[in-house]
Amino acid sequence: MFETCADPSQLSGLKWLACYLTTGKHMGFYSSFVTVMVLLLITAPVSLAFGFAGATAARAQFAPLRWLGKGYTSIVRGVPDIAFFLFFVIALDQGIEYLRHKVKCPGWDQPIRQGNDFVVCTEAKMPLSSAASWVHESYGFALAVLTFAIVFGAFAANVLYGGMRAVPRAQLETAEAYGMNSRQTFWRVLVPQMWVYALPGLSNLWMILIKATPLLFLLGIEDIVYWARELGGSKTARFTAYPHGDWRMWYFLALLVFYLALTRVSEVVLGRLMKRLTHGQATSGGVTS
Amino acid sequence: MSCWETIADYGLRSIGQGARLLPKTDFTLCQQFTLIGSGLIWNIYFGVLALISGFFLSTAVALAKMSRVTVLRKTAEWFIFLFRGSPLFIQFFFAYFLFLSLKSAIPFFSPLTSAWLGALVVLFLNTSAYAGEIFYGALCSIPRGDIEAADAYGLTGWNRFRRVVWPTMLRLAWPAYTNEAIFMFHATTLVYFSGFPAWQQKGDALYYASYFADKTFNPFIPYPILAGYFILLTLAVISLFGAIGKRLNRHLPSESRRKTRLRINLIR
Repeated sequence: MFETCADPSQLSGLKWLACYLTTGKHMGFYSSFVTVMVLLLITAPVSLAFGFAGATAARAQFAPLRWLGKGYTSIVRGVPDIAFFLFFVIALDQGIEYLRHKVKCPGWDQPIRQGNDFVVCTEAKMPLSSAASWVHESYGFALAVLTFAIVFGAFAANVLYGGMRAVPRAQLETAEAYGMNSRQTFWRVLVPQMWVYALPGLSNLWMILIKATPLLFLLGIEDIVYWARELGGSKTARFTAYPHGDWRMWYFLALLVFYLALTRVSEVVLGRLMKRLTHGQATSGGVTS
Repeated sequence: MSCWETIADYGLRSIGQGARLLPKTDFTLCQQFTLIGSGLIWNIYFGVLALISGFFLSTAVALAKMSRVTVLRKTAEWFIFLFRGSPLFIQFFFAYFLFLSLKSAIPFFSPLTSAWLGALVVLFLNTSAYAGEIFYGALCSIPRGDIEAADAYGLTGWNRFRRVVWPTMLRLAWPAYTNEAIFMFHATTLVYFSGFPAWQQKGDALYYASYFADKTFNPFIPYPILAGYFILLTLAVISLFGAIGKRLNRHLPSESRRKTRLRINLIR
C-alpha cells in the first residue's frame, strides 16, 4: 500500500508490521468487520419486525393466527441455536428453489429428490449459475440475514409479548372509555407504552445477537472468523512476501477484544437509553431516579 | 442389515467403538437415529463435567465478587466480563490456538489440544463465569434478617457460610441456574464447529447431524432428530434440577416457593 512496502524482505520491526497489516488481504479482513456491523444493523430491525408480528399474532382474537404466533415463539425453544442456523440456511435455499421450480418449469417430470440429490431445473437455480459472483455472495448474505431474523424474531416476539402484557390494564380501559376502538387502543396506547417494559429484554437480546454473529462463518460467509483463520495460518516465503509462523492465536485474540469492546459500548449506550426512557415512568427504574 | 445390527455397529461410534467407517450411501433412518444419538454421549459428557466442576468455581467467583478485598473483586469482575462479554465460539477458537502454541512450547500441554480436555476447560471456565454472575445476584438478595439471625446465634466465618449463606444462595439462584444448565448443554454443540478437530470422525450429535445433512442434501431428517434428542435432554435436565430445587425449598411453605420460569437463551 505504501511505497516503502515495495520490498518487504528488507523491512524489519514496526515498519514490517505496518506494511504487513495493510496488505490487500488485511483490507478484506477489516472489511469483514464492516460485514458484521452491517449484519447487526440489518438484522436488528428485521427481527424486531418479525418479533412484532409474532407478538401481535400471539395476542390475536382469531384462534389459528394466535396458534401461529405462539407456535412460532415456542418452536425455537429447547433446541440448540446453531442447529437452527445450520438447518434454516439449507431449508430456505431448497424451499426457494422448489417454489421457483414449480413456477418456472411446469413440464418437469422427474422427482426433485433423487436419492441423495436435490435436483431442480436450471432456470430455477438460485441464484442463476450464470450470475456474477457478487450476486452469489449477496444472496448468501441475504439468506444469513433472513435466518438470523427468523431465529431472533422468535425471541423478540417473546419479549414484546411480555412487554405488551406488562402495560397496565387501566391504561387500556381508559382508552376504551374514551371511545377508542381496539385498533386505536393498540396503536395509540399500547404500542407507545410497551417499549419501556420490553427494553430490558430487548437489550439482552441485542447482546445475544452480537455474540451470535461469529456463526456467520458456519453459514459460509467470508466473515471475521474466516479471515482470522485464513490470515493467521503459518505462511512460507514461497507463497507470500510476508512469511510468518502460526499467528491464529493473535488474530483470535484481536477478535475477542473486538467483541468485548462491542459488548461494553452496547452496555453503556443501552444503560443510558433505559435511563432516558424510564424517566418519569411508573416503573422501578423511573421511580428511583 | 437390521436396525439392531446398526445399533451394535454405531451405537458407541462416537467414542471409537464399533464400525470404523461411517455409512457412505443409502442412509437409513435407523442409522441417523443411532449415530446422532451416539454423538449425544459427548454432549452429555461435556455438559455434566463442565457443570459439576464449574459449580465450585462459580461459587468462588461469586464470593470473590462480593469480597471487600479490591484485588479479588476486580479479578472476579474481569473474569465474568471476559467470558460473558465475548462469544463462546470465539473463545473456543482462541483457546484452541492458544493450546496449540502451548503444545509446541511445552509437550506437557498436548492433551489440551484435543476436544475432550481442551473444550472441557473452556466450557468449565465459561459456565463458571455465567453461574458466578447468577450466584452473585443471589448472594446480593439474601435477606438481611437471615444473616443477622445467624450472627445472633453466634455463627461466624465458615459455619455461617455453610449453614446459612450458601443454602439460601442456592435456593434463590436455583431457577436461574436451571436455565444456565440447559443453556450449557446447548452450548456443547459448538465444540466440533470451532477449531477443535473431530479425530477419526468421533463427534457430537450436531457433528453427525450435519454430516448426514451434507451427504443427503436433506436437512429435514437429521436436524429434527437432533432437535428431538435435545428436547428429551432438556426435559431430563429440568426434572433433575426440579427435584434438587424441591429439596432446597423443602422447609418453605408451598406458596412462597419460587417457580422455575423457563427462559431459554439463544446463544452465549
